[in-house]
Amino acid sequence: MSEQYQKMWTELGLDLKAHDALLGVLSEAYQKIFMAQDNRPQAMSYFDFVMSEVHGLRIKELLDEKAAGRKIIGSYCVFVPEEIALAANATLIGLCTGADFATEEVEKYLPRNTCALIKSAFGFKLGRVCPYLETTDMVVGENTCDGKKKAYESFKEIINNLYVMDLPQVKSANGKALLKAEYVRFKEAVEQLTGVKVTVESLKAAIKLVNAKRAAMLRLYQLRAADPAPISGLDALLANQVFFYDNPERFTASVNKICDELEQRIKENTGAFPAKLPRILVSGCPQAMPNWKLPAIIETSGAVIVGEESCVGERGVRNLVDGSGDSVDEMLDAIVERYFQVDCAIFTPNCDRLQHIEQMAKAYHADGVIHYGLQFCTPYLMESMPVQKALEQKNIPCLRIETDYSMEDMGQLKTRVEAFIEQLK
Amino acid sequence: MSSFAGVDIGSRSIELVLVDAAGQILQQMQADTGFDPMAEAKRMLAEVEYQQIMATGYGRNLFEISFDATTVTEIKAHACGARACFPTAETVLDIGGQDSKAIALFPNGKVKKFEMNDRCAAGTGKFLEIMAKALGFSLSEFSEQALAATSDINISSMCTVFAESEVTSLIGRGQSRQAIARGLHQSVVRRVKTMLNRVSTEGDIVFTGGVANNACMVQFLAETLQRQILVPPQPQFIGAYGAALLAAGL
Ligand code: SF4
Ligand code: SF4
Repeated sequence: MSEQYQKMWTELGLDLKAHDALLGVLSEAYQKIFMAQDNRPQAMSYFDFVMSEVHGLRIKELLDEKAAGRKIIGSYCVFVPEEIALAANATLIGLCTGADFATEEVEKYLPRNTCALIKSAFGFKLGRVCPYLETTDMVVGENTCDGKKKAYESFKEIINNLYVMDLPQVKSANGKALLKAEYVRFKEAVEQLTGVKVTVESLKAAIKLVNAKRAAMLRLYQLRAADPAPISGLDALLANQVFFYDNPERFTASVNKICDELEQRIKENTGAFPAKLPRILVSGCPQAMPNWKLPAIIETSGAVIVGEESCVGERGVRNLVDGSGDSVDEMLDAIVERYFQVDCAIFTPNCDRLQHIEQMAKAYHADGVIHYGLQFCTPYLMESMPVQKALEQKNIPCLRIETDYSMEDMGQLKTRVEAFIEQLK
Repeated sequence: MSSFAGVDIGSRSIELVLVDAAGQILQQMQADTGFDPMAEAKRMLAEVEYQQIMATGYGRNLFEISFDATTVTEIKAHACGARACFPTAETVLDIGGQDSKAIALFPNGKVKKFEMNDRCAAGTGKFLEIMAKALGFSLSEFSEQALAATSDINISSMCTVFAESEVTSLIGRGQSRQAIARGLHQSVVRRVKTMLNRVSTEGDIVFTGGVANNACMVQFLAETLQRQILVPPQPQFIGAYGAALLAAGL
């Protein structure tokens, strides 16, 4: 896609050489990991196309939206409500943080023992390789874990459009009031950015649009309960990663098209893998684009992933917003109600998450759970121990993995994963 | 007579074991991994005949491609080999050149749970090897001297690099090499203990891998854990032995 977009990338201020290198690595990885799979659903071709145009066509669309007067907002967390952005004539893009970049530069701002996700956010900015980030009119940073909270203080030095959103840490009435206040403040900030007021109609329409997108993903997840699994975990994860930056209507239609095909497959008893393969639920930190390391290891070691308990997964899309309210405030309450249920490990206590893991393991007939924690991620690594203990008490084997985005530990990881799969057989 | 091979391609050495259909060991060989493990493995295999082969160890996947073999992880291979030596054992500790593993088994021998050391070499054979060298001992002297020590110096660094400089400065300050050796063994035992306790807290432990030849490690582990440590003859071959048994369908 290179030539035709050179001008666009230059105007966005990208470092063309570094950007070329990144795209090269990305497309090679995509070929090796995704295109090499057998029995992919045909409708995945949409995602192949999206990926081949990831820094091309979609960026052009966003720039066209901007030219027509819309604003683009970037976010790093599923707590930033897309409904509000859409209702005020802005497009919300989840910025991916799934690869190491410009590590040396990054470590001038962040200690070495910062999680890879936070480092990646800095790396893409410092390395000037992310066209999405450069397209944004506002970037929302949220006070979730300590790492992110403090990192945003330094992020301000290298980015000029950061808006910081506070978030509760406890699921109490006070916590909910804080979330409401922050969403109201966010609504006002977006309105100011776009010059467009959120109305009952626009918010209702936005809720409907995002609900449809989430419902399509939930439909996809449920189909994965079948044996043989109709779609690989890698492909399902990919759809979930694209969820964060694609055009919402088109995305919803494409996922529903895949689901139609998967339903057909289930009827015909065919799948992406043979039946009776060990089935794995992956649970833990979000696997942001293009972090495909762990799922690629699992699915080339003789198992299939049947669910992701993660923000790039069911935790991120579970629960829809009740859009039946008659006023903006009523609907804002409904939005708060929905987001307040997200069971991120930054909450204390966070009992819902354990329940959801058990529920998902059961619903998708998982034989075991792999808990995925990013190195230095205190919230998820801390939770991994009680999660493992509780699962083992229910005779659900659980493997705790702690890793980052580097390829150094591939051999070790492969041994762990393979041994875990042997254990499930 | 039919024979089945197991090959364990580790980071430091390669072991090859041949068994017959009843699981009796027919032959075993060991060589340094060197810089070209596949060439080394090829050389070893040229000397033997077998019907089936199963590869394990960190080089198993490379081997699988080069030799069209089936593979099994070190965890399952050690579990299988250990059980063949001690049929009722439910805990296995394997310390090899660059990694260590604690494995808990169900009463029927299936793997129940396992833990592995992370990327660093602390608590592995490599750590002990480097420390022996820093003290100017051979591997067997290192263990003997540590056992003979009457006092004990606490080594605070877990990291191989820092521990090595700590050792050098202790020697410089005139501390007894015996006591330092003892402290080093104890630091590995502490590390291993945490890992073991995560998978099981009671019953006998089968100790496999090259480090199980170290008498001091065996004694300190038994003392610290208050559990019986069972060491099979030639523990460095247990991974390959287990793989051979699996190749034979045993
Ligand atoms: S894991 Fe927590 S901080 Fe990360 S995206 Fe999810 S909700 Fe946000
Ligand atoms: S919650 Fe964990 S993975 Fe997410 S940003 Fe914080 S430390 Fe990183």
